[in-house]
Parts: sequence; structure tokens; C-alpha cells
Amino acid sequence: MPVSVQSSALIYQALKDCGVRLVSALPETWLVHLIRMAEDDPAMTLVRLAKEEEGVGISTGAHFAGVKSAMLMQNHGFLAAINGIVSCAQLYHIPLLMLISQRGSFGEKDPWQTEGGGVTEHVLEALRIPFDCLDAPEQVSRKIAKAQTLAYSASRPVALLLSRDLMWEDA
Amino acid sequence: MKRIDALKAIYPELEHCIVVTIMGAVAAELQSLGHRTNFFYLQHAMGLASSVGLGIALSRPKLPVVVLDGDGSLLMNLGGLTTLARYKPRNLLHVVFDNESLLSVGGFPTATSTGSDLAAIARGAGVPRTATVTTLEEFTQEFQAAQQARELTTLVAKVEATGPAGYVTDLALLENRYQFARHLKSLAEE
Repeated sequence: MPVSVQSSALIYQALKDCGVRLVSALPETWLVHLIRMAEDDPAMTLVRLAKEEEGVGISTGAHFAGVKSAMLMQNHGFLAAINGIVSCAQLYHIPLLMLISQRGSFGEKDPWQTEGGGVTEHVLEALRIPFDCLDAPEQVSRKIAKAQTLAYSASRPVALLLSRDLMWEDA
Repeated sequence: MKRIDALKAIYPELEHCIVVTIMGAVAAELQSLGHRTNFFYLQHAMGLASSVGLGIALSRPKLPVVVLDGDGSLLMNLGGLTTLARYKPRNLLHVVFDNESLLSVGGFPTATSTGSDLAAIARGAGVPRTATVTTLEEFTQEFQAAQQARELTTLVAKVEATGPAGYVTDLALLENRYQFARHLKSLAEE
């Protein structure tokens, strides 16, 4: 499974450098290393979810409790979490940092991922969620820090799309 | 049992807890008894009150957290019970007021009216302590027992499908949200 360990480690370190202490996640192929890193880190609380929308509530609770958090999910998980994002995180001004694997883009071999790939950015735009794409390893640290900064200054959800070029070494 | 009476019975104990409620009658009735800055009313996002409670409970394991959920809300996030059960925070008490109806939108019956048993579902999900109560005495007793047990509990209280005349209060959503976060912060600084 050619998921990039190196890029996963860069992303994980960037989250740590931003003070993230709680990560909620639902496994997907591109996220396996990231989730394992969170699991192996005694200083990180990993919450494995049944469905991504729960993660919005968990991050909201963590924020109220003074803990910085992030959500790791596939773009289809983002689509599954929309009501929570709108009627919890946006309604209540929660700085929610979402890392979303952008499946279904150029190079995608799984037919079932292709529809989600086509709509993710449009849905983010419709929800007025600021987003950027993480596609070059050298940008990872800076972009994650900047995304979190905006999430806190705007008290809103922000998203970073994890691209195939970054996450998949066989792209 | 009326939900307002159940809330009155536990109100003195809620003063010492971090409380997260669902929207609708639970939020309005608790506010009618007296709002406190340690109460957060999740006025939408049905299903996520238990997830918000879990996020607080995991982040602040020394604080007693009470979630006041409802059948309609919990049915929208049954998977969340498996997540609660997976982490079993000892400081989380999950109360479900089950009136077998979606009261605030016209009283449409939920699946608990046709036999779905939320305590059994919670038990099946792996929640270590569960109970269903139908009287005020049982409710008060089980609530106190759950607090003393210091073990994740889902307590289902069967209540009448009656509620307040209205659901909008003069407490603005964001006012509540920032008060609540400040309250938690003040506890951190103690």
C-alpha cells in the first residue's frame, strides 16, 4: 500500500507543532499512517468514530474544554458530516480544523470514489469553508499552521484537502 | 413522569456538573429552572449532544459531565453510542429523556414508540451501565447511583410527551456558547 509514510509524518508533526492534542478519525486508506501515529502517541487522544459527523461534536466539546483538535476524514466523510458542520461548528463559531483526503481526483482508480471527488470543492465553497490543497511536502507545515490560525481568528471551520500527489507514492 | 419534574429533581446536582443538552423542550425547560454558565444547550445538530459531551469528558477527565439527550436526537446518532462505549469516560453520565416522540415538530412518534429500546441499544453498544426508569423516584435514585458509580452510564427516563409552550428563550446561542467556554476555562485556572 503505497501511502506515503513520509508525508503522513510531516502532517502529523505539523499538527503536533500546532498544539493539536485530540484527533478524531474514521479510517480510510490514505489516512492509515496518520491514524497509527496518533494511536502510538501517548500525548495524543485519538477518537475513532463510527461516522464523521460525531467528530464535529467531539471537536466542539474539546474546544470548549480548551483542547486543540483536528478531524481526519475522507471527502465522503466530510459529505457525511455536513449537518454537524453547519448546525454545530458554524452556528456556534467553532474553530474546526478538518484534514480531508481528496479521493476521486486525477489518478483515482476506484470507481466508487469518483463522484465525491467531483463535488467536494464545490460543497466546501457552498458552505463558505475556507480551504486549501496540501500537495507539496514542503508546504505541509506552513499550510496547516496557517489554516489553524484562520480557524481560530475567524472562529470557523477550515479545511485542508490532502491530495493524491502528497499521500500516494504510486500516483 | 414529566421531564420538568425530573429536571427539578436533579437540578441541585447539575449545578456542580458540566451540562450539555439537546435542543427543544429539554433546553427550554432547564432554562426555565434557571440558566447557569455551566449549562450548554446545543440548539441544533441533532444527535451531537452526546458527542460534544464526549469531547469535553475526554479533554477534562476530572470534571463530571452530564448530557441531557432525547430519543429523537439519540436515534440520529446511534453510532455515537459505540464511540461513547469505546472510550467509556468515567466522568460522563448520559441521560436520555424518552418521550417516544419528536415533540417540538408536532409530536410525531419515534421508533421508541414501536418498541426500540434505547437502553438495550446502549448496552449492546458496550455502555457499561444502563437503566430505564419510569418514575421520578427511580430516576432520582438511578441518577445519583450513576454519579457515585463513576462509570459511563446511559440512563433512559421514560417521560410524558409534554413540554413548554415555546422553545425560543432570550439566551442567545453565542452568548451561551461563550459563557460556557469561559466557565470551563475558569475551572482550568483553579
